[in-house]
Parts: sequence; structure tokens; C-alpha cells
Amino acid sequence: MDFIWGLVQILGVHTIIGLSAYVILLTGQVSMAQAGFCAIGAYIAGMLTVLAEWHIIPGMLVGGLAAGALACVVGFPALRVKGLMFTVATLAFGEFVRLFWFNFDYQISRGGFEIGPLGGEGFRQIRFFPENGWSTLEVAIFVWVWVILIMAILWWMDRSRIGAVLRAVGEDELAAQSVGINLTAVKVTAFTIGGFIAGLGGGIYAHYTTHVEHLNFGVLLATFAIAYPILGGLRTVVGTLLAVLFIQGVLVEGLRFLGDLRNILFGAFIVLAMNLRPAGFIDARVTRALGRLFRAERGGA
Amino acid sequence: MLELRGLSKHFGGVRAVDGLDVTVERGQIFGLIGPNGSGKSTTVNLVCGVFPVTAGSVSFEGAEITNSPPHVALGNGIARTFQNIRLFSELTVWQNLWVAQNGQESVRSQGFFSRWLSGNRGQRASVEEQLEFSGLADKRDEPAGSLAFGEQRRLELARALAARPKLLLLDEPAAGMNLEEVKQLDERLRWLNEQQGITILLVEHVMELVMGVTHRIAALNFGRKIAEGSPAEIQQNQAVQEAYLGRSEEEGDEGGGSS
Repeated sequence: MDFIWGLVQILGVHTIIGLSAYVILLTGQVSMAQAGFCAIGAYIAGMLTVLAEWHIIPGMLVGGLAAGALACVVGFPALRVKGLMFTVATLAFGEFVRLFWFNFDYQISRGGFEIGPLGGEGFRQIRFFPENGWSTLEVAIFVWVWVILIMAILWWMDRSRIGAVLRAVGEDELAAQSVGINLTAVKVTAFTIGGFIAGLGGGIYAHYTTHVEHLNFGVLLATFAIAYPILGGLRTVVGTLLAVLFIQGVLVEGLRFLGDLRNILFGAFIVLAMNLRPAGFIDARVTRALGRLFRAERGGA
Repeated sequence: MLELRGLSKHFGGVRAVDGLDVTVERGQIFGLIGPNGSGKSTTVNLVCGVFPVTAGSVSFEGAEITNSPPHVALGNGIARTFQNIRLFSELTVWQNLWVAQNGQESVRSQGFFSRWLSGNRGQRASVEEQLEFSGLADKRDEPAGSLAFGEQRRLELARALAARPKLLLLDEPAAGMNLEEVKQLDERLRWLNEQQGITILLVEHVMELVMGVTHRIAALNFGRKIAEGSPAEIQQNQAVQEAYLGRSEEEGDEGGGSS
């Protein structure tokens, strides 16, 4: 059973990281920095619970805020460029963050053990959950409370005016500017929110694995982060969740019995999925059909 | 109200706009005409700050606004439409008008929450008003991209008006319209000008519209003003006729200078 709950935790964390990229993608920007923000959240939350012995929730929040604040600061120069150049700039920034943690040592001695991040060795023994006796199931529930909370907030934001403004910027920057939208403000806001969410995701990640190192936050994770919302479709946050279930649940875990063949099929399945549903699993047609269904039901009741 | 002084924009060696002086008075419908490539759209883009000017200045209501970016220009009360319609085609008609509620009144009097998140009652009421005005109330939940061409033009105009501008820049609003639609547009512009008190800078090729609706016209060629005057004067003007119809070879091809 622990395997299942462990998988449920992975799915939850990946959903959070995917959602962090979703917000930024709405404004039409592809950020490869999400793994970097995730790393910042992971290390800071870890240090707070291990070294300063905080509770995990304030630790995660501070980690998320740090990642968000950094996203805000980096966002101003990075968002002066757009499209491919922005993607390359964020990729470089993500690698910078990864290499920062690769070179970061801060260990203290407690009870005869050296604890804290140690460069390439990584940050071991982030043992908040085991020390407090949380079972795998309880951790899984904890993860999904965050997933649902973040999804609910983004769902509501999507339907608010700010959601429409983000999409307007994503569709046509010149037109958005011409109706009075401050592009820099909107894009930096989206990037900051994305950084904050990725930081929260990192905080959870560090605690359920109990061990993080710089290699966890490389280009692969950054690619997954943008792949989920793109594969799922940018109409609704639910698309990102479906894509995580598809990639992590079906392709990565579900095909494990195929051995090496899985790695080949993995790519093939993603290509196939994008061909069948070029605008993502949940595209405009699906949302419109669902909308009609919903209205009909409400009308009938 | 709007003053362009020595306005110039060079793209490499191309002088798209070259030392243009134009004054639009409050309450006018001012026409800007000229052959293709004469710098009309570039002028609109310079007034809105889409790209920086090479030289010269733009002032609006006595204040210098040269190179203010588009959202600042809109905040000052200058709204525009585009030659090739630029709607947010994935958003619904309603959302297109909703995101455009950024005018002076709607922005400054509100807190962050109502302005960005809930969208306050004033904004919603304003959207309804513009839906009514543009005759698109029954299409409110359609994606803007699915509208017919004429409806898209109406929506774009309504979106520009959503900010309650003082000055409206229209870049070929009649392009692709049939005569009936041009007539409707003519009436709409008069109504906006006379009833709403909106000053209009109209860039247009369709002479039926320009000659009927404007108070004053400037004609451009190769980025320079070749004539300015009332519609009747412009119609009689030699330089304008030559710019549109060409001239005989021995006269040379250097435009410029008012005649």
C-alpha cells in the first residue's frame, strides 16, 4: 500500500509544479525556471524544518515566498525579452540555481550528526514527517490538500478578471497594451505567482523524499513542468492534473513492466497524444461541450 | 487636443513618417488619408507609443506624451483600433470587453481587489452598455474569433470605447465593409463625436466615409503632409489628386510642400 501512497505523493507534487508553469503559460511565456524555483523552495523549507526546527507549513510558505520574491526580481529583466529568448534566459537561470545548490554547504552539528545541505552530496535527512510519525497515507493527504487548495485558487483566478487579462496578454500583447493593460506588471505578476507555487511544490518534495540534491532540479524537471499544462491544455487547471496522471501515472509507473521498452514508448506516447489533441487534452471544444452540459443540467433542475 | 510636431519615424533608410505637423482640435473628426505606404498607420502607432519616434514630439491636451507606451496612452485617454482586427479571439465577446475596462474613471477610483479580481459593478455595467451599443448582446458568450467580420469590427470599436477615451484613433475601420456597413459606421462615428464628445482621428481609404464625416483632413504621401483642409478643399487639391492618381513624368516625383 505504501507504494501506492508514495505514487499519490509524486503525482501531487508534480501537479503543483505543473500548475506553477500553467500560470506563466497563460501569458504566453514558456518558463524553464520552474525546477529552479522548486529547488529554492525545497532547500529553504528543508533548512527551516531541519536546522531551525520549524513546522513544515511555515517552512513551506517561507520557501515559496522566497522563490516568489526571486521570481519577481528576476522577472523584470527576464521579461524584457519574450518567446524563445525568454525560455533560454529562464533555462540559464534554472541552471544557475541548480549549480548554486551544488556549491552550497551549510552544516551544523547536532547530537553527533552533521546536518544540513552539503554541496554535491545533497541535503540528507529532511526528516520532519518520520520524526513526527506521519504515515505515508497522512503525507499523501497533506500533499493533496495543497494540490486541491492551489487548484481551487487558480480555478477561481481563471474565472476572475485577472484570468481574462492573463489570457489576453497571452493571445496578443499589442492589443492587450492598447486596451490599457500594463504588460510588464501582468507578466511579472504571473511569473511571481508561478515561482511561489513552484517553491511550495519544492517544499513538499524535499520532505516526502527526505533527501534532495541539485540533480533533482535539472532540465528534466523543468521540461516536465511545462509539458504537463501544454499536454493537458490551457483551458483549465484540470488539464494539468490529467496530464500528470497520464505521464507519471500511466507512462512512467504504469509501463514499468515493459522494462527498457518503456523509455522508447514514453516518447512515442507523448508524440501520439500531442498529435491527437494538439491543443491539449482539454481544449476549447471540450470546455464548450462541458459548459453546455452544465447549463442544460442547471436549466433542467 | 492632439499635436504632432515634426514627427518622424525612419525604419532603416525608409522614412515612413517624415517631419509631420498635425493639430487635431477637440471635438473634431480629423481625417488622415494618403496612398498605401504613406505613413498613416505609422502615425497612429507613434501616437500610441507602439514604437519610439525617430524625431519630433506628440502632445495631448497640452502635455508631452512622446514615446509613452500604449497602456499609458490609454490611461491618458487615447484609445485605438487596428487596421487588421486584433481581438482576443479565444476569449468570449464579454471577456474582450471586460479586460478593456481600464479607462481613467474605472481605474483610479478603485481598489486592487475590485479592479482585478471580482470586477466591480461599474465595470460589469459598462461591459453591458458596450454590448448593447455594439449590438452583440446575444453573442456575449461566443469566442470573439468565431464572429463574422463585421461583428469583429464592431466588437473592436466597442473594446476601444470601453476605456471611455477622449480621443479615438481609428485605423481603416471601413476596410472590407460593404456600402451599407459603411453607412452605419458613418452614423456611429457622428453619434460618438456629437453625442459622446469623443474626438476622432480617422485613417481611412474609403472616400465616401472620409469626405462625409470629417471636419478636416490631412493628406500624406511618402510620410509627409502634402495638403490639409476641409474635405471640399482636399477634393480639389492638385497634390492630393496627383498622389492618388499619379502625375505625368516630366513633373518629377519629389512630393512634399503644401500646395
